[in-house]
Amino acid sequence: MNGRIHPGINLRAGDQQPTTEGVMFGFWVFMMSDAVLFALLFAVYASLSGNTADGPDARQVFKLAPAALETGTLLLSSFTFGLASLAMKYRQSMAWLQGMLAATLGLGVIFLGLEIHDFMDMARQGALPQVSGFLSAFFALVPTHFLHVAFGCVWIVVVMLQLRVFGLTHTTRTRLLRLGLFWHFLDIVWVMLFSFVFLRGLL
Amino acid sequence: MGIEASVSPWLGKLSLSALPTDSVVAMGAALIAVLGALGMAGYITWKGKWRYLWREWFTSVDHKRIGIMYVVLALVMLARAVIEALVMRLQQADAVNQSGFISAEHFGQLFSTHGSIMIFFMAMPFLTGIINYVMPLQIGARDVSFPTLNSISLALTAAGAALVMISLILAPFSTGGWSGYAPFTELSFSPGVGVDYWIWAVTLGSIGSTLTGINFAVTLYKQRAPGMDLMRMPLFCWTALCTSILMIFAMPALTVATALLALDRYLGMHFFTNDGGGNMMLYANLFWLFGHPEVYIVVLPSFGVFSELFSTFSAKQLYGYTSLVIATLTIAVLSFTVWLHHFFTMGQSAHINAVFGIATMLIGIPTGVKIYDWIFTMFRGQVRFPTPLLWGLAFLVTFVIGGLTGILLAIPPVDFLVHNTTFLVAHFHNMLIPGTLFGMIAAYQFWFPKAFGFRLEERWGKLAFGCWVVGFYLAFMPLYVLGLEGMPRRSAQVFDPSLRPWLLVAAGGAVLITLGLAALVLQLAVSIRHRDRNRVPVGDPWDGRSLEWACSAPPPEYNFARIPQVDARDAFWAMKQSGTAYMPPPRYDAIALPQSSAIGPVLGGLALAAAFGLVWHIWWMAGLGVLGSIGAVIVWTFVPRPERTLSAEQVARTEARWYAAIAEATPASRDAEHATSNRGLAQGGA
Repeated sequence: MNGRIHPGINLRAGDQQPTTEGVMFGFWVFMMSDAVLFALLFAVYASLSGNTADGPDARQVFKLAPAALETGTLLLSSFTFGLASLAMKYRQSMAWLQGMLAATLGLGVIFLGLEIHDFMDMARQGALPQVSGFLSAFFALVPTHFLHVAFGCVWIVVVMLQLRVFGLTHTTRTRLLRLGLFWHFLDIVWVMLFSFVFLRGLL
Repeated sequence: MGIEASVSPWLGKLSLSALPTDSVVAMGAALIAVLGALGMAGYITWKGKWRYLWREWFTSVDHKRIGIMYVVLALVMLARAVIEALVMRLQQADAVNQSGFISAEHFGQLFSTHGSIMIFFMAMPFLTGIINYVMPLQIGARDVSFPTLNSISLALTAAGAALVMISLILAPFSTGGWSGYAPFTELSFSPGVGVDYWIWAVTLGSIGSTLTGINFAVTLYKQRAPGMDLMRMPLFCWTALCTSILMIFAMPALTVATALLALDRYLGMHFFTNDGGGNMMLYANLFWLFGHPEVYIVVLPSFGVFSELFSTFSAKQLYGYTSLVIATLTIAVLSFTVWLHHFFTMGQSAHINAVFGIATMLIGIPTGVKIYDWIFTMFRGQVRFPTPLLWGLAFLVTFVIGGLTGILLAIPPVDFLVHNTTFLVAHFHNMLIPGTLFGMIAAYQFWFPKAFGFRLEERWGKLAFGCWVVGFYLAFMPLYVLGLEGMPRRSAQVFDPSLRPWLLVAAGGAVLITLGLAALVLQLAVSIRHRDRNRVPVGDPWDGRSLEWACSAPPPEYNFARIPQVDARDAFWAMKQSGTAYMPPPRYDAIALPQSSAIGPVLGGLALAAAFGLVWHIWWMAGLGVLGSIGAVIVWTFVPRPERTLSAEQVARTEARWYAAIAEATPASRDAEHATSNRGLAQGGA
């Protein structure tokens, strides 16, 4: 039995916390599997991005400013989540922890709102997923990330509630830690999306 | 089958016309399925066992019980798929220059369900069940890393299997084969619900398998007993690890392929369509990016099983352990580099075909290493031949034949000639039947006494073995000939009378295999009836070498009262040699165990509802299933789950019963393994 403690939770060796190694490692492995899913959707997008079938192409429907704004929002939310993780690790006040989680949630919701606005904007221009292979691939890849963020937002709400109900227990701590990994992972995926979909499309 | 206007707006596309009333054979199958399910439910009700089943089995998170349930699921699905194979063989033998007794449409459904079931709902649950049962015991663990997740994986797999069973009654199923090739499976060519059944059944199965892979890999990395470093793991654990890694990385490709196909069919998108900028080769690539590693997902655990068998029944340590580990890892890596050989003839350049042809042939090298290692393991060993080893020997010979035909097929020009004939059908059955099924049946025969505390009847086992092996050769060797004669695969009718004799031989083989399956069922029935004379409570009936034999049969729910300290490869054998096996620990500690949980069966039920709703466009049901699943998980995270603690006294009492059985038993020699005097205490180590 591996008794190692996790640096995200425990400050010093000898800190009285039960082992977290298994759940954290398991979550990393899950994220590897999820990363493969995204990689394949990227590959699908790469192979179909030229197939516009007389519909609009990337240059006509992508806009740099909203995509950059979304990038900023999501990066900022990763920062606020980082502050939440530090608050948990250094045992600052519960109010600060909850506040940082709420800020992350708010930024996440703003990000979702901005993206919905983008999708609607594209739809208004006739760039619907049914139009071409390129748009099908776009609407498979980017909304999959969107769904992940939406799922993350629900998860933040759940964890905030659980912090209220149970306080900072071993269970809520490891859940917060896994949620943090998930949230930063989504940030990385978005940076990829911004680079390979929006920047490349507008180049 | 046309989709008529539905009876009610609440039922989507579903109407009475879904009942397969137009075919006697299909109606008969539907009736058997309904009567079988009702009969089973009635029997359980009559025995008053629902409560027991729910509390002790369906909601159990014990890896041993979950493993057994997986194997039961696999055996039920095996029965259906074997009967389908029999029907197809009889049809082809009958349909020479005439239409035969089933329609071409029905024949298409038969080979699609046969393939989908055999891969996703027979092979996968079977190997998952065996790994679930054996692996934690072999590494000296109490359970897998995530016991509740394990139960959820089982429930999702069972939901997928249930969906395929439902398609028997509310037809039709897909005619697109187990690979569901687009664009044939697109709406324009397959407008009915058949493909949707396939999509959602397979998706449920693949999500279950991804979670299983994560669970097993983490268990193998994190739960090994002290001293059990990686190079001391039994080879079965190595193959389980490689299989798990393949599941984690290959299953997402299938999920993406089926999800995009669903988007095409449900929302009119253009991933794999002929028009609108779709690309059907994308489907072939995504599917086989999963599908080729899948071949090794199903074959590697059998390699592990055979390694344990040859070593145990030769009373020798495995020859070339390190080379077997390296070969297993090599195969796992190479499995991701050869997917393109599944479509040599679909238009890529000769250079690409050459590269993938060579990559494919490379897999013969590590596989050859393994074959020689197994042979050398038996060399100068004290080999005895109980049923499990017989399957292993049949595997050695048969698998090599299949491998050689595979090398032939890896040559692109040869593939161009025979790939769409029964030669290919013969080849992959020649790999998968000995390579997966024989291994799984051998595993079932080998570990059955451990799981249930009594041995299986040897005579019926040998009869089943004979029927299966002879049946296999009769059923599939003619297909090589037929393929070289140019008989296309997947054809419901044959127009060359000279092929008939071979088809009749193949049909005879299928009958023999079906008899083999019947013999396995009878073996189980007879063994249960005579269980008292075959009991092996001490738990080591075969003079075993790894840790799973070091506890009672069946093992207590906590597996080991004290987590064993491992000092060598073949850990239990080493303990027996040094006389430290069967030594009671100085004292017992209380053991914490996870609570049973209803979340698995609840999620399984909701997932089935979602999938069924999606198939028939019953949107309220689909929505209920999806939102219900999310809600159930959220609620579940709020429910506190205190661990159940077995007190030291309870452990001591359970262990005392076992030590009493040890004291009572006389050691059995290797030659007397099948005598009633064998109570599971082997002489070799004593």
